[in-house]
Formats: sequence, structure tokens, C-alpha cells
Amino acid sequence: MSHAPLGPACAALLRRDLTLAWRRRGDIAMPVLYALIVVTLFPFSLGPEDALLQRIAGGVVLVTVLLAMLLALDAMFRSDIEDGSLEQLVLAPQPLALMLGMKILAHWLTTALPLIVIAPLLAGMLHLPTAVMPVLLLALLLATPLLSLLGAILVALTAGTRRSGMLLALMLLPLCVPVVIFAAGAIAAAQQGLPWLAPIAWLGAALALALVLAPLACAAALRIALDA
Amino acid sequence: MTASSTQAPLLLEARALSFYRQDEPVFGPLDFRLREGEVALVEGDNGSGKTTLLRILAGLLHVDEGELLWRGERWQRDAHLGDIVFLAHHLGLKADLSARENLAIAAGLYGARDNMAADGVWVDIGLSGYEDEPVRRLSAGQKKRAALARLLLLPATLWLLDEPYANLDRVGIELVNRLLEQHAARGGGALVTSHGAVSFLGGEPRRIRMHA
Repeated sequence: MSHAPLGPACAALLRRDLTLAWRRRGDIAMPVLYALIVVTLFPFSLGPEDALLQRIAGGVVLVTVLLAMLLALDAMFRSDIEDGSLEQLVLAPQPLALMLGMKILAHWLTTALPLIVIAPLLAGMLHLPTAVMPVLLLALLLATPLLSLLGAILVALTAGTRRSGMLLALMLLPLCVPVVIFAAGAIAAAQQGLPWLAPIAWLGAALALALVLAPLACAAALRIALDA
Repeated sequence: MTASSTQAPLLLEARALSFYRQDEPVFGPLDFRLREGEVALVEGDNGSGKTTLLRILAGLLHVDEGELLWRGERWQRDAHLGDIVFLAHHLGLKADLSARENLAIAAGLYGARDNMAADGVWVDIGLSGYEDEPVRRLSAGQKKRAALARLLLLPATLWLLDEPYANLDRVGIELVNRLLEQHAARGGGALVTSHGAVSFLGGEPRRIRMHA
């Protein structure tokens, strides 16, 4: 009798979730299209005034990307709960927190990464200066996984409830605010030629903390959801 | 089988096990013993708590009252992960993946029996030719078989099978019985729920009767 080693188990789970996402490519395209549409509409509603668009570009791209991520957030564990895969995952002889970490990673790779890839295009449409682009990408690279991790806790907490979407959005709002403040702060500072490292470092610190704690919280919350 | 199994070491023992849902008793107090190489049929009407019992034994639900012993020691959830395989009403199959991919995931998470190759199971399980079809295109019985493939591959001692005969044809029912026989011969134990009369292992099985 041999139990499965940890590394291949993580890889198998990650590969499964990525394969599933690839087989439902339309679902991946949805947040990307949403972000494109929102950012396209801004110049039409505010007028094609370069200085104004330039000033709001960073914030608009940031908020759009975070909102687009929310679209896919509540699906993170839903199908696994519905088809019984989550029970099989909980009963597997593997650390549940690490397995859920893999699921969150897969979710980030399939929803946030495409958004980060098109972020320069979105920012370019709003005339964000090229020099600020690296700071925007860095802020997104730190803010989006942070939001995935925080969102995963809330998704796990609301997993047992029907129609959890509304509850999820309400609970996520206060957690989003500091993420947006620090990320937007870094972009604004870079735009004004000020040092932008401090807010980025804060985002990084929060991400490090969430990386360790969020999967543990998810595991506890999902066990409770299955026990109900 | 009964003569030899009375001497076999005890695998699982429940003493006055009860379960309440919001202070409503679901079942219990329930006493039973399961020895190595023993298969027991959990019987009861709809709503008598058969599935609840299996979910408790799998470690998904808390024990409210009574004692549960695993090989003579107090049962602890995390200590026996991987020793138990739970086949629930929700089969735990991903509809967009093929039966083969689903089995690969299960083996990746639970490990595989040393002498079993994943490719060999499809003929045994009666799914050969359909192992690469997405599970969503399979019939209910074929989905069941795709889930049963886990039993062949995973190295678990205790099988908890919730309605394994549902949706299966006559050949499928024989397949489940054959799997259970082989598992018992290896010294594994199994609890099987059913509310219908099934021809079971040829002879009279151990029965655990649930009362609401």
C-alpha cells in the first residue's frame, strides 16, 4: 500500500483545474471581454480629453480588473461542491490547505492572468504614460493574487449557502478597499514621479500573509460547510 | 466466510453511536462491529440515516454521541485519511473530463495499489472503449462504473459505498459484488447501503439495520 506523494498530488490537481478551465474557454474569455468593454466605454462617456483620461487611467484599469475578477470568483469551489469532488478532496490523504492553495492558484492563473496580460492594452487605451506601465503591472501582479486569496476565504465561508453571490460581494467590499488604496497609491505616485515602492511593499507584505493564512482558513471553512 | 471472519481482527467498531441534526435524532444509538474481510449491508428506509452514517464514518460529519473505534483505537479523522474510500451519491466525477482523467486525479490524490496499472481497469470495470469520452456523455450506469474504477485502483482498507447498485444493470451489480468479494479476500472491510433487495455476494451478508 502506498499513499500518493505530495508533489505529484499538487501537480495532478493543478493540471485538472487548468484542463477543466481550458475545456470551458468561454468562461475564461468572459472577464476579459467585460474589462475590455468597461474600459472602452470610459472615453465615450467622459470625452476624449487626454489629460483627464491620463489622470484616471491607473485607477480605472485597476478597478476594472478587480471587478472582472469578482465575476468568476464565486465559481471557485461551486462545481466541486456540486459534483462531490470536494468531498473526495477533503478525504484524500493530502493536506487540504495545500490542495486548496493549488485550486486558488489555478483560479488565479485562469481568471487574473489573462486580465493582467491585456492590462497594458487597457491602460494604453486611456493614454497611461508608458513609464508608469511597469508599476501598474507590478501592482496588479500583487493585488490580484491577494484578491483571489481573500475571495477564496469568503467563497469557502459562503459555500453552504444558496445564492451566495450577493453575500459574497458585500463581504468582499471592505477587504477590497485596502487592496485598491495601496495599488492605486503606487500607480498615482509613479505617475507624479514620486517614490512608489512603499505601497507596493505593503501589498507584497499582505500577499505574503494571505498566502500562508488564506488556504488554512479556506480548509477550515470548507470542512465546516461539508459538516452542515 | 463467517467462520473465518469472527477471528479476523476488528477493523471498525461503533458503540452507541447517535447523530442529531438540530437536536432532531437522525439515527441511533447504533452498535456494530466490522472485521477485516467483512462486508456489511446497511439497511434502512429512506431518511433512516444510511448516508449520514457513511458520512460520519468517512469523517465528513462529527460524531455527536457514542464512540467510534478504528482497529481498537479511538477514531480520529486525520489519522485515517486514505485508508477509507467513500463512494457517495455525488460521484465526484468531473463532467468535462474523461473517465481516464478522472481516475488519474483520484490516483494522484490517494495513491494507487502497487500492482495495479491504471490502464488495466477499463476492461474489468466494463467501460472499455468509453474511457476517453467526457463523463458528461456517459449514461448514468456508465458514470457509476467510472466512479467504481476508483475502487480497483485506490489502496484503501475500508470502502464506504452509498447505493453502489443504483443505476447499474445486472452485469454491473455482479461487478460490484465481485469487487466486494475481492476486497474482502484481501482483508479489506466494506459498508454498503441499499434500500432495495439485492442479490448480495451469493450468500447472506452481515446486516446493520438503521431505525429512524
